[in-house]
Amino acid sequence: MPLTRIAIEGAVNQQTPLLQVRDLRVSFQLDEGVVRAVDGTSFDVMPGQVLGIVGESGCGKSVTMKAILQLVDRPGRIDTGEIKFLRSDGETVDLVKLPPRGAMIRQIRGGEIALIPQEPMASFSPVHTVGDQIIEAILLHSHRWEQGGRKISKREARKITIGLFRDVGISMPEQRVDAYSWQLSGGLRQRAMIAMALSCKPRLLIADEPTTAIDVTTQAQVLALLRDLQVKYNTAIIFITHDLGVIAQMASYVVVMYLGRVMEQGPVDAIFHAPKHPYTRALLRSIPSMYGQTRVALPVISGTLPHPFNRPPGCPFHPRCADVMPACSVGVPRLMPVGDDQLASCFLHHNEAEPV
Amino acid sequence: MTRYIAQRLLILPLLMVIYSFVIFLIIQAPPGDFLTAYVATLASSGSSISADQIAALRHQYGLDQPFLVQYFLWMQNLLHGDFGLSLEYQRPNADLISEQLGLTLALALFSFVLTWAIAVPAGIYSATHPRSLIDHVLTVINYVGVATPNFMLALILMWLAFAYFDINVSGLFSPEFVDAPWSFARVGDLLFHIWLPGLVLGIAGTARLSRIMRANLLDELNKPYVVTARAKGMREWRLVLRYPVRLAFNPLVSTIGWYLPALFSGSLIVATVMNLPNIGPLLLRALINQDMYLAGGILLIYSFLTIVGTLLSDVLLALLDPRIRVES
Ligand SMILES: Nc1ncnc2c1ncn2[C@@H]1O[C@H](COP(=O)(O)OP(=O)(O)OP(=O)(O)O)[C@@H](O)[C@H]1O
Ligand code: SF4
Ligand SMILES: [Mg+2]
Repeated sequence: MPLTRIAIEGAVNQQTPLLQVRDLRVSFQLDEGVVRAVDGTSFDVMPGQVLGIVGESGCGKSVTMKAILQLVDRPGRIDTGEIKFLRSDGETVDLVKLPPRGAMIRQIRGGEIALIPQEPMASFSPVHTVGDQIIEAILLHSHRWEQGGRKISKREARKITIGLFRDVGISMPEQRVDAYSWQLSGGLRQRAMIAMALSCKPRLLIADEPTTAIDVTTQAQVLALLRDLQVKYNTAIIFITHDLGVIAQMASYVVVMYLGRVMEQGPVDAIFHAPKHPYTRALLRSIPSMYGQTRVALPVISGTLPHPFNRPPGCPFHPRCADVMPACSVGVPRLMPVGDDQLASCFLHHNEAEPV
Repeated sequence: MTRYIAQRLLILPLLMVIYSFVIFLIIQAPPGDFLTAYVATLASSGSSISADQIAALRHQYGLDQPFLVQYFLWMQNLLHGDFGLSLEYQRPNADLISEQLGLTLALALFSFVLTWAIAVPAGIYSATHPRSLIDHVLTVINYVGVATPNFMLALILMWLAFAYFDINVSGLFSPEFVDAPWSFARVGDLLFHIWLPGLVLGIAGTARLSRIMRANLLDELNKPYVVTARAKGMREWRLVLRYPVRLAFNPLVSTIGWYLPALFSGSLIVATVMNLPNIGPLLLRALINQDMYLAGGILLIYSFLTIVGTLLSDVLLALLDPRIRVES
């Protein structure tokens, strides 16, 4: 068993994780070169947990989420890694090993793991009503709504959709099901997207920056809605954002990513009050007042993000790190336990490097 | 929606009046008239005609009237469904045109359907399997298809059919059916012969259309709603047909408008080469001989088809795309 796994499993309690991502690597083979979008990422999601993922634009958050559902766009592909998912029947499957167009991954998509995509504006087809698109999802996974083994009809699916619209706070749901996405405001569209994601009672909800495209008031409402739903259905949520303030409100556990790798992870309190990794510290330092503002874009850290084709050797953060040491440009630090319940990949805290 | 169509239909007569005036202007534009052309033809064959006779004829045909008077006379007759007399053939233009129109339409529609039936699936396959072997093969075929003049293709195919299969593929009928009355056997003969000209006329359009379909679909496949549909757990081919193909299709529909009349006018050289009973050669002759009412009549029908084609594609587009439907 690799060291990282022992480390992570030691750091959390004894419950079986819902999702275990281990050393995931995803690359895009482009004509200009290879982009290593995800380069050895590991984290766990426990049942019912809200896991926050932060990181600068382009650090591989969305690609990691797409990899979980086997939805990485061409020409990207998963090179190595494991994504173990605990299915509702108690079986654990490695999602990486499933054929991307096979029946099992299609049952899991939408049915057990739902995705709220990053671009809510374009995530509905403009020529089909939102209701149609949600009804379709319900019918695809209708066993999750069946009572007594009876197939549900299209009319029942429509009723369920109207009920979901009511749950997510869409007024006049009977009319809104027949609307096209471009007839809805940004907030309503985002709520409809959430309704769709919830339509098959998933056990894991991936919300990829669900509040970037909407105004501050609606944002707060959508966040409150997601929190309520999480409590009500005990759905685990992976919550992706640039916004540390939102992380503080929503998540119980935080993963900090940089250039496709996890820099640090731990319970939200530990990350905010005792950050171990220089990158996390830099992130936190540059927020004026963490709880004062709802929306804080990820702060600027000195130095620029390296070009995707031009990854620095050694620790990916070393060209911008204030605490850089000679060893940092040689080996890649592994993600290791640091303190009681945190993990960090930094040579300030341990000497473990990734095997070359 | 109904109001939108009604509005468009109401504008149609107005457009036709404008078109007819422009057409009349154009067919009147070349120096001289039918009789000057006629005299020239006679002269080239060695015979001649007296100036008095010409003047009498000119008066009889109304060619000595001012431009506007001639136009109004023409329009007046047209409104009564009278396309006038062909100066050259000395027969009603309506008869001359309708003899050719049916088969021209049949051929155009056939090649139109053939074009779409080949181009759309080919475009879908290429876009969903980009850079695959078949995609590359289709790309090469498409470039050749666009770059080869269709009359040349016609000649090559005719030669191949004649040289290797010993069949004569010119015309739309076998010799024994050319002047036969309509019967099942004659329809069957037509269906046997229509393939080659249909293909020849459609090949460039097919190539272009499938390139457009491929490009549109590649664009649409990258849209976030496709990821949404996949994330629902839909089967790949179902979601491709239901979402991105549907959207990639819309811009194609708006090409129907100019595609239909283009098939008519574009068929001139092919029709001549393949000896098709077609309106193209008729128009060419009428224009050369300044048989102006015949040419005018044919051009009017072209314009009418253009307007109807545009209307048709607008209506289809509105039916397919709620964004347009709701706004209009
Ligand atoms: N389809 C693609 N083709 C090529 N490269 C891609 C593609 N998708 C993502 N990448 C690369 O993968 C890297 C990670 O992208 P990703 O979308 O996961 O970033 P992100 O963390 O979600 O950023 P953001 O916060 O802006 O959404 C980027 O460097 C990007 O260049
Ligand atoms: S390993 Fe070195 S360069 Fe990287 S974060 Fe730690 S101290 Fe900075
Ligand atoms: Mg993203």
